[in-house]
Amino acid sequence: MQRIELKHLRATRWFHWVNFPLLFAMIWTGMWIYWANDVYRVGAGDVTLFHFFPDPVYKALGWDHKLSKGMAWHFFFMWLFAINGILYVAYTAISGEWRYLVPNRHSFREAIQVTLYDLGLSKAHPPARKFNGAQQIAYTSVVLMGFGSLITGLAIYKYVQFAWLAALLGGYPMARWLHFWLTMGYVAFFLVHIAQVVRAGWNNFRSMVTGYEVVNSDKEAL
Amino acid sequence: MSRQPDIQTEMARKTRRGFLTGGIATMAGLAGWAWIASRKLENELQWPLRRVLRVNEKLARGYFSQSRLAPTFPRSAAVAELRVNEDIGMDDDIDAENWRMQVAGSSASIAPVTLALDDIKKLPHSGHVTELKCIEGWSQVAAWGGAKFADLAKQFPPPEKARYVSMATANGKYYVGLDLASAMHPQTLLAYELNDQPLTDEHGAPLRLVIPTKYGIKNIKQIGSISYSETRPKDYWADQGYDWYAGL
Repeated sequence: MQRIELKHLRATRWFHWVNFPLLFAMIWTGMWIYWANDVYRVGAGDVTLFHFFPDPVYKALGWDHKLSKGMAWHFFFMWLFAINGILYVAYTAISGEWRYLVPNRHSFREAIQVTLYDLGLSKAHPPARKFNGAQQIAYTSVVLMGFGSLITGLAIYKYVQFAWLAALLGGYPMARWLHFWLTMGYVAFFLVHIAQVVRAGWNNFRSMVTGYEVVNSDKEAL
Repeated sequence: MSRQPDIQTEMARKTRRGFLTGGIATMAGLAGWAWIASRKLENELQWPLRRVLRVNEKLARGYFSQSRLAPTFPRSAAVAELRVNEDIGMDDDIDAENWRMQVAGSSASIAPVTLALDDIKKLPHSGHVTELKCIEGWSQVAAWGGAKFADLAKQFPPPEKARYVSMATANGKYYVGLDLASAMHPQTLLAYELNDQPLTDEHGAPLRLVIPTKYGIKNIKQIGSISYSETRPKDYWADQGYDWYAGL
């Protein structure tokens, strides 16, 4: 026996899918800005393992020579990104949806279990509920990262007016550094997220679009 | 597993509806983006983006306060060799002795006033160690010395209706526009010293602007003229697609 069950609320789906292109736009226009002073790397001392980014990357993606344009688009999309994010957090808090999302004391151990299972190192299937521990940690983290991007961005954008914020973040260069690495964090999140969505399959993906999932009712559905 | 036609039909209907809505929303988003991207350029930037920059500016100017200061650093934090980024509009044959600066539009004098470096040096000495921020993204700490713009403005006050200040190099090839509130900020300097030494040519000798509430692009070197105005003055980089306000 199968039945159809509501998994993701309409508002949550809208917030998610509106955020996706907005975050993409923030990253893309952010790279137009970053190109003008591309100082970050992975390495130590004189050894650079990877420089963000090699010239061919800029050329291939058209990220070069677009500083003014990048700033103008970035300072337009920032409002939409911030408003959507704030509304999402408010909605999630008020509706009680946060209960599924915020990690609890079991989440961390469960996240390890999920990771081992996903890497094929364990046969213990992760619990079948809306969000497992790994998801709770990942999704909550990415919301906190969004908050981090807003405050580091504000500290860079209006350094003098929000000097206290920049000081709290360790100064202007540190705020810029954090702003950049949070961006790299989204990229990493995105890659894992896509891999997991592909792996979870069509029924799961479809539920993020339609809201509904087909479940086997002989199993306890949560 | 037994197939249940009603469930399959129902789910197919929900799927169609969900993806159709998603498709329409995607098209609407792309159309919005394409619309902005194809608008007429206003100083190298699509006018809707210009308008957003103006809204951002309005908010920033509303929030701006002359009592909020750029953080200062110990003298030892200043870099020995401050980066030189641009020399647009600078003449290479200017010497401090013969250098003159025009001040126009002041309520103290209808005709433009001509000042020499000594006139600026007669104003109370002021200085600070602050972090210069290039719009490109780099920043460096430097120790500046000179006179507060606000002290010059005491001698040559802006007319009551003035809201802006324009500054340009002698040949007029580099020019910046400033809102009066930022120009009158206590850290805005007409600087003639860098790291306790007279300003070097490449850093804008004999007199340059140091305005920590703005990006480096507004810190004009080799000032040749200053004038007050009621309307927003032209700005070199704003003409090239950058934000006119460029305030921090």
